Amino acid sequence: MATIETNVASVAHVAEHDHHEPQSFWRKYIFSEDHKTIAKQYLISGILWAILGASLSVIFRLQLGFPDMKLEWLRPVLGGWITEAGKLDQEFYLALVTMHGTIMVFFVLTAGLSGTFSNFLIPLQIGARDMASGFLNMLSYWFFFLSSTFMFISMFLETGPAGGGWVVYPPLSALPQAIDGSKMGMTLWLISMALFIVSSLLGGINYITTVINLRTRGMSFSKLPLPIWAFFLTAVLGLISFPVLLSAALLLIFDRSFGTSFYLSEIYIAGEALPNVGGSPILYQHLFWFLGHPEVYIVILPALGITSEVIAVNSRKPIFGYRAMIASMMGIAFLAFIVWAHHMFVTGMNPFLGSIFMFLTLIIAVPSAVKAFNYITTLWRGNIVFTPAMLFSIGLVSFFISGGLTGIILGNSALDIQLHDTYFVVAHFHLVMGAASAFGLLAGVYHWFPKMFGRMMNERLGYIHFWFTFVGIYLIFFPMHYIGIAGFPRRYYSFTAYDAFKTFGDLNAFISIAAVMTFAAQWLFVWNFFYSIFKGRKAPQNPWRSNTLEWTAPINPGHGNWPGEIPAVYRWPYDYSKPNAPEDFIPQNVPFSQTPESNLPHENEMIAMEKEIEAQNYNDQFKQPH
Amino acid sequence: MVFLVLTVVVLSRMTSVLKTLGGGATEGRIGMSNRINAILFMAFLIFGSIAAAWSFIDASNYFLPEASSPHGRRTDFLFWLTMAIITVAFFVTNALLFYFAFRYQYRAGKKATYYPENHKLELIWTVIPAVVMALLVFTGWRAWRDIMSEAPEDAVVIEITGKQFNWITRYAGSDDNKLGNYNYKLIDANNEVGIDLSDEASFDDFVASELYIPANKPVLLKIRARDVLHSVFLPHFRVKMDAVPGMPTRFWFIADKTTEQMKNETGNQNFKYELACTEVCGRGHFSMKMNVVVVDEDAYNKWVSEQKSWLSTNPDYLARVPEKLKAKAAKYVDAAAGTASTDSTAAPVEGGAAGAAVSASMQ
Repeated sequence: MATIETNVASVAHVAEHDHHEPQSFWRKYIFSEDHKTIAKQYLISGILWAILGASLSVIFRLQLGFPDMKLEWLRPVLGGWITEAGKLDQEFYLALVTMHGTIMVFFVLTAGLSGTFSNFLIPLQIGARDMASGFLNMLSYWFFFLSSTFMFISMFLETGPAGGGWVVYPPLSALPQAIDGSKMGMTLWLISMALFIVSSLLGGINYITTVINLRTRGMSFSKLPLPIWAFFLTAVLGLISFPVLLSAALLLIFDRSFGTSFYLSEIYIAGEALPNVGGSPILYQHLFWFLGHPEVYIVILPALGITSEVIAVNSRKPIFGYRAMIASMMGIAFLAFIVWAHHMFVTGMNPFLGSIFMFLTLIIAVPSAVKAFNYITTLWRGNIVFTPAMLFSIGLVSFFISGGLTGIILGNSALDIQLHDTYFVVAHFHLVMGAASAFGLLAGVYHWFPKMFGRMMNERLGYIHFWFTFVGIYLIFFPMHYIGIAGFPRRYYSFTAYDAFKTFGDLNAFISIAAVMTFAAQWLFVWNFFYSIFKGRKAPQNPWRSNTLEWTAPINPGHGNWPGEIPAVYRWPYDYSKPNAPEDFIPQNVPFSQTPESNLPHENEMIAMEKEIEAQNYNDQFKQPH
Repeated sequence: MVFLVLTVVVLSRMTSVLKTLGGGATEGRIGMSNRINAILFMAFLIFGSIAAAWSFIDASNYFLPEASSPHGRRTDFLFWLTMAIITVAFFVTNALLFYFAFRYQYRAGKKATYYPENHKLELIWTVIPAVVMALLVFTGWRAWRDIMSEAPEDAVVIEITGKQFNWITRYAGSDDNKLGNYNYKLIDANNEVGIDLSDEASFDDFVASELYIPANKPVLLKIRARDVLHSVFLPHFRVKMDAVPGMPTRFWFIADKTTEQMKNETGNQNFKYELACTEVCGRGHFSMKMNVVVVDEDAYNKWVSEQKSWLSTNPDYLARVPEKLKAKAAKYVDAAAGTASTDSTAAPVEGGAAGAAVSASMQ
């Protein structure tokens, strides 16, 4: 982590800001309040979780692809979870599926994605010294760390971690008699999620406050880079929906531990009739999906924001339809709250509600389509530079389209009857939210790595990593649609019990091979990432010739990000390839008065306002008396 | 397999990336690698399209046979209609994406077109998906409304209960065509679904370990769960509905192809209809199966008449019947004793006559 060291010392300090005592190792790298360090903490935690989460999927893919394979060689790692016959234990299979989902959705694509890039980019792109509250920000990471610890420990319990699927529907998750995973593993899952929610809320409040209050001079909302819009809306989504998950989790804790009957009714299990009556498992599903659905957008919106930026920069073109992009994100964010019950069409919910939720769900396709079209049009007549980040962004758009289209089928309640809980659903959401968000995360890492660590990642390795991953993911999830159309249910340990599901053995083996290959390719990235932190080529000031403010900060920004004044902002972030401009980019901090040759008519009028913008300084924390 | 070919192609391209890059560094910031990546996108478009088309044609051999229910054929039609529309959108958008990536790759000295917005264009591609979506939603909604409507009066009512890890069906019996009450507190090792014998409608109910369905008659499944969530999935009939403890659910449909017909249609003499669980329920989730048999109405009636009521096979439970209904309930026990006289040693003498009476009423 030596590269994080600041070079601010070499630059003249502004008079107002002169308390720059060197911090202890603990305050600087561990309990840091600096948004850049916290972002890196989230990123590295996210990468570690991603390796674990992906490994779990490889193990259960082995079971699905090669049901007769002897897994004796996994005994040193999995111990008693390999049965006497050398097979994966059936409950452990469910635990693997559950943990894979939980880890990927929450720890990798929520914490790893939002936690990393909201923290890193919000202050740097809006021109702020740091987050509104560095202390809350630090708490947010450490709550996440604590949450991670509980989840990690749960994987080593003798009875195994939670095993009822990542949605942990009661009564299965409420009754320890029903499955071993609902014993201590489930308790730790709930504790971990409660802590995770606290972490999310602390982070979210901070992101929202920072975006609203700490924008630099001239940085109006209409000049915000699209990633910031995405992170802002994501934080709002999280702030409104995560508390509902907390309530669902709390009621489940009550049912499990204090004998209440929120979700339990008329149950006979393990030879006894339980006293609980009057509860409803459907209540849990409503509460869960009230978070669970916005969660999908919490995962994908930051990825879309990152992609918008990367595609514009590397097409050397303004993002097409900046306002339409913001409007569609707002539309998606709003609709995200009123579509949750499309996960519940066949739960026995009133069919009339099903109709309502089908209408609302399919409306979401419209803003999503607008986004896809806008990305494609941004490429049109561009001058495209294929950095690894750009490759992953184009990959994301492809996944977002391919996976999103099948959502039109699943959102249709009549068609969902057959496809609900089949592999069609698995294929759909892995493409549109899993792979697409993961690609957003990877694009972000490749793009902002120079700003994070002051060094470049190896581009060649990045290309190879991209092509293997991109092709690999299509090879895994495209054929899964076929298995779903054939009716194969998800979360099945094996399909041998049914005549109807005896087919597709070869295809399942093929998918597993593709999964192993894709997983193997990720080690290129891991190596590239950690190697480049220490040994990468030194980064130039603005490696991608980008307009946003973070590239005006020193290559290794120190505490407060900018030595001296925070730059003021005069123009939107997408002045790429402007006619008559000498360069193909004009950074946000270049006033219109300096670019008379390329100004559009209405922009010449803005010159008069520059003095006004420069006179403001109320957002610089370093200028506050303290 | 075309996928593998594709992989090999990509691999070989990758080696060329490596080779060229070795010497390409002199070309400046953007070198040969940019060109290779652009070509790879085109290659991916072409080989990917071929692979997608070929794999679909190959996989379609293994899809489920034509639906065995009228509503299933309706949703299948809508599914393939929607699929056709999204397949067009899938190919067009992906093709544009990859083609533009290839076509507008970096060229030294070229400048991109400054093209920040076009309201007309944006309006067009907002309205078109909205209209298509509205049509799909409307057709889907009509199908959904019809499928979820109240079951017809004359529907055959079958109760199906999920438990870890099997299913139990209960039929209304042939006397009153009415399922008796149940209460989960009455469940025990014999009375697996909690039949309430204080309700006289339950006397002739019988349970089975198969789902026997008459063809061409509406069937109403009353779905229950005993312990955790389960889900009734009849893939061949396009039927799915969760089983929820404490909240009975239902689904009605018409099976219009008998098992025998399906044997001929699929050319598979071992063809069986199956019922699968599709809501994760624990260790045995993947094998929680029930066989389903569809027969014509006469065969179904015959089968029903051959089944013995649950009470008659469990005569000990006569004690649970309230005093005033004892006489009525006794008939079932006696009838069983008279006709089958297998397990009941305490069969009354007049059992034969009563049994004959019951058999007569069954016809």
